[in-house]
Amino acid sequence: MNLPPRSGQMILMLATVTIALASAVFAYQASLIPASRLINPDELVKLLQSSKSEKPLMIQVGSHVLYTQAHIPGSEYVGPASSEVGLQSLRQRVQSLPRNKFIVLYCGCCPWGHCPNVKPADDALHAMGFTNAKVLYMADNFGANWVDKGYPVAKGE
Amino acid sequence: MVVAAGLYFVIRHHGAPGGVSSSEHSLAPNFSLLDITGQRVELSSYRGKVVLLDFWATWCDPCRDEIPHFIELQDKYREPGLQVIGVSMDDGPEPVREFSRRFKMNYPVVLGNANTGELYGGVLGLPMAFLIGRDGRIRARHIGATDSAVFEQEIVNLLRSKTDSSSPESQP
Repeated sequence: MNLPPRSGQMILMLATVTIALASAVFAYQASLIPASRLINPDELVKLLQSSKSEKPLMIQVGSHVLYTQAHIPGSEYVGPASSEVGLQSLRQRVQSLPRNKFIVLYCGCCPWGHCPNVKPADDALHAMGFTNAKVLYMADNFGANWVDKGYPVAKGE
Repeated sequence: MVVAAGLYFVIRHHGAPGGVSSSEHSLAPNFSLLDITGQRVELSSYRGKVVLLDFWATWCDPCRDEIPHFIELQDKYREPGLQVIGVSMDDGPEPVREFSRRFKMNYPVVLGNANTGELYGGVLGLPMAFLIGRDGRIRARHIGATDSAVFEQEIVNLLRSKTDSSSPESQP
């Protein structure tokens, strides 16, 4: 198909804009995290309760207000990974760790597909070469998928 | 005895599903918080109005999507007595101020914290909204994004029940 030069440029420009917009929209979608890097709440609870299993380093990458209300005992807060400050804090926390360290990231601020934090956090660890980092899959939020299930919870800073 | 002790443990450590103090028909827990303009907002001062209390955050997509609908509802039902109050669960005020300016929010937005969340049974997922009747009692709770038509219907029903505030059980 022969298009006039101007039409070709226009299509290219539109395509570029569309891809850029799509990238921006999908950049933070938790649904794009591969299933192989997810861990379900019941699996994590079993791991934490088992005396034999290796215990992961658990990092909450969401809101501090939510963390203060309830978090997984022993987990650490680094700041929301949707912000550059939070991401930097995450990178600093794990920088010195062996790249095969078992790490579990979690947030639970919002329904899974809307969480702005877990995808950038997972991307950051992946880019740093971590091979055993998982993301805790919470379909609805931390309240519904963890606290209401009766799983262990800690409060405070 | 064992059952009671077990129940106490569950409530003390995990909160009852739906919250200890935020179940439907219980009195909405009062709070006194600063809004993003520095004004103090006390929930109890809105007794006699129907209040839509929206827990939200600027980083929460579904929360942001609901805001334009709440602005519309506030405009439409201000006269008969609706008051929308936003409780931001952001970690700081600046993004909230910026968002409020950009979206021209026409209702007070207070800066919530962990205590506010716990008062309402734990706000451990956003958005979460409570509809409070004229008598100050919680009449509905919505977790997650909710269709604005659902809110509107509930608001209209609550605005109609003007007798709420004079019912004997609602007297302090």
